[in-house]
Amino acid sequence: MSSLLGQLRLAELPPQAEVMRAQVKMFLAEALEPAPAHVRARSWMGFDAAFSRRLAQRGWVGVTLPTQYGGANLDAFSRYVLVEELLAVGAPVAAHWIADRQSGPLILKFGNDAQKAFFLPRICRAEAFFCIGMSEPNAGSDLASVGTRARRNDAGWLLNGQKIWTTNAHHCQYMIALVRSSGEKEDRQAGLSQFIIDLSLPGVTVRPIRDLSGDAHFSEVFFDNVQLDPNALVGTEGSGWSQVNAELAFERSGPERIYSSIVLLELWIRVLRERADGGSHAATIGRLAAHLATLRNMSITVTARLAKGESPVVESALIKDLGTEFEQAIPQLIESGLGDASGSALEGELAATLAYVTQIAPSYSLRGGTREILRGMIARGLGLR
Amino acid sequence: MFLEALDTLLADHATSAAIRRLEAGEPGAGLWNAIAQAGFLDLLRSEEQGGAGLALTELFPLLECLGRYGAPLPIAQTIVARGLVPDLPDGMATIATQCQRPAGGGLRCLQVPAGAVAGHVLACDGDRVLLLDCANVHRDPVGDQRSLVAHLAWATDTAIVVVGDTGGRQLLAYAAALTSALLSGAMQRTFEMALAQCNNRVQFGKSIGKFQAVQQQISLMAEHVLAAAIAAESAFRGGGPAPAPLAAAVAKSRTSEAAGLVAATAHAVHGAIGMTDEFDLGLITRRLHDWRMAYGAEQVWNQQIGLQVLDSGQTLADFVQAV
Repeated sequence: MSSLLGQLRLAELPPQAEVMRAQVKMFLAEALEPAPAHVRARSWMGFDAAFSRRLAQRGWVGVTLPTQYGGANLDAFSRYVLVEELLAVGAPVAAHWIADRQSGPLILKFGNDAQKAFFLPRICRAEAFFCIGMSEPNAGSDLASVGTRARRNDAGWLLNGQKIWTTNAHHCQYMIALVRSSGEKEDRQAGLSQFIIDLSLPGVTVRPIRDLSGDAHFSEVFFDNVQLDPNALVGTEGSGWSQVNAELAFERSGPERIYSSIVLLELWIRVLRERADGGSHAATIGRLAAHLATLRNMSITVTARLAKGESPVVESALIKDLGTEFEQAIPQLIESGLGDASGSALEGELAATLAYVTQIAPSYSLRGGTREILRGMIARGLGLR
Repeated sequence: MFLEALDTLLADHATSAAIRRLEAGEPGAGLWNAIAQAGFLDLLRSEEQGGAGLALTELFPLLECLGRYGAPLPIAQTIVARGLVPDLPDGMATIATQCQRPAGGGLRCLQVPAGAVAGHVLACDGDRVLLLDCANVHRDPVGDQRSLVAHLAWATDTAIVVVGDTGGRQLLAYAAALTSALLSGAMQRTFEMALAQCNNRVQFGKSIGKFQAVQQQISLMAEHVLAAAIAAESAFRGGGPAPAPLAAAVAKSRTSEAAGLVAATAHAVHGAIGMTDEFDLGLITRRLHDWRMAYGAEQVWNQQIGLQVLDSGQTLADFVQAV
C-alpha cells in the first residue's frame, strides 16, 4: 500500500490546460443546442453525430492524436479539461467518445502505417465512430473466456461469433473487438487478439437492445462468416489481452467515472436555491462537493501518471470504484430528499431527470468492469491474491 | 531529509509504550523534548527566526508522519502556533476553534485537543486570534480520558491576549488542515496493520486475506485511505501563507468521513485481538476517532461547504475547481 500511495502524490492541471477551459466554455455556449436536463443527463451516452462533427471542425475530436493525422496533438491534461467541460454540461458526446478516448490512441500505439493513415484522419473528422466489442453472452466479468473466433484463411481472417452489451454499436461504423485467434477457451488470456471490424461487412448483424429506461444505448452484434482482410488485425496476434488492459487505465480513471450524474445534481442545487428551505440540505450538498473535489484531484493525479507513459491500472480501478459509488449516491440522496414538491417547473424537470438517472445508475458500476471485479484487482495490487 | 529524521525520532520516542504512558497522564517529556531539541517545532518559522522556513507543501508529509505514530501531544498545533506567533512562549501550545464568552466574564474553549496538557492556547474567536495562558485555567477532561481532550475555562479576562484582530479564519483553516494530515497518516498506519493481519492470520488453512469477502473490504478501505490522502494534501498546496479555507474544509470533511470506515474495517479484520488493551490497534483507532471530531467532524464542515455552494450561484462543477 505504501508504494501504491507513494506513487499517487497530488498533481495539478498545468496552466496551458486551464487556458483551454475558457475556450471550451465559449465554444459550448455557441455550439450546444439548449436541451432539457433529462436529455442532457444522458451524458456520454447521448448520441448526436452533428454535434460531434461541430466539435471535430473546432479540432477537438482525436485531440491527443498527432497533427499529421488531423489530430490536435494536445496533452492528456488539455484533453482532461475538454472532457470535463463537455460532461459538466451534459453535451451529447457519445458518437465520437470511444474513438477519441480509446480507439484512436490504440490504433496510434499498436496499429500499422496503413491502419493509422486510414482510420486516424477519419476519427479526427468525426466520420468514423467506434464501439468496443468485449462482452459476450457467456463472457461478462470473465472476459478471458470469449468465444468469438477469427480463423486465418487465404483472404485474411474469417470471423464467427457474437458480442453483446456493446454501447452504440448500431450507430458506429467500426468495432474493435477482443476475439480468440488461436488456442482454446482453456488457454484463457493467451491466444486473444484485437481486430478492427467494419460493421458494414456481409455477415454482420447489429440488433439494438432496449434498456429499462426506454433508450436503446447498447446492442448485440452477430458475426456469421465475416471475411476480414489481413489488415483487420490490430497490434500483435495473441497480445489482445495486454493491449486491452493498457486501454483500461484510460477508460477507468477519467472524468466520465465522476460526472455521470452531474446534470441531475446541478439541477437539484438550482431547485434548492429557489426554495426557502433549500438550506436544510446544505450538509448533503457539502458532502457531495467534498467527494467531487477529491475524486477530481485523484483523477487528475492518475492523468499525470498516464501522461508520463505509465499504466496505473490498480489506481484507475480504485478511482472508478469510488467514482461510480459517488455517481450512484447522487440519485439515491436526491430521491431520499424529495416528496414535498412546490410544483415549480424546475421541480418537474428534476423529477424527469431523476427518473432517468435512477434507472440508468446501476449500469455505472457494471460498464468498464464491475465493482466486484475492480475490488478483486485492487486486492491483487495489494498482494492479497 | 526532515522526513527521514522525524520518522527515526518518532520510531525511537513515540513507541506504543510511550504513547500508553502519555494516555495514562504521564507528562511525556521524553518525546516532547526530543521533538523540541531536534528543532521540529520551528519547521514553519523563517530561517531568520531560527526555523526551517518550510512551505506548506513541504510540511504536509511531516504532519502525515506525525499522524502515523498517533501521539496525542499537540506537536502539529505547536508547529503552526510558533509559525504564526513569533513570540509564542516555549512549551506545548494547542489550537482551539470553539470559544464561548460566559456572561460573568472570562472565556471557555470547548473540545480542545491536548487541552489536558497544553501550556498555551491559540484560539480563534470569530476572526480574532487570542493567545491564552493555561497557568490558571480550569481543565475539564471530556470524552475518553486517554485522548487528553478538555474543555478549558478562564474565570477572568486577565489571561486573554489578543494577538490579531484578523487571522482567525486562517487559524481555523490551519486547524482543519493539520488534523486532516494527521488523520491521513494515521489511516495509512491503520491500513498497513489491517493488511498485515490479512497476510499473517490463518483460518481454514489459509491467510484470511485470501478470502474474497475480506479482499472486498480491504479494497474499499484502500480507496478511502487514498481519497483521504489526496484530500488532505490538497489543503497544503496553492503557495499561500495558510491553507485555503475551502480546500481545508474539504480535507477535514473527507478525511473525517474516511476515518470512521477505516477504523471500523480495521477492527473487523482483526477480530477479537484488536479489541484488547494490549494490542496496538486500539491506540491508533482511538486517535482516528479523536481527530475525526477535532475542530469539527464531517457534518460540521459539510454544512459550511454546502451553504457556500448554495450561496455561490456557481455550478458545482465550477465550484470544486477551486479545491
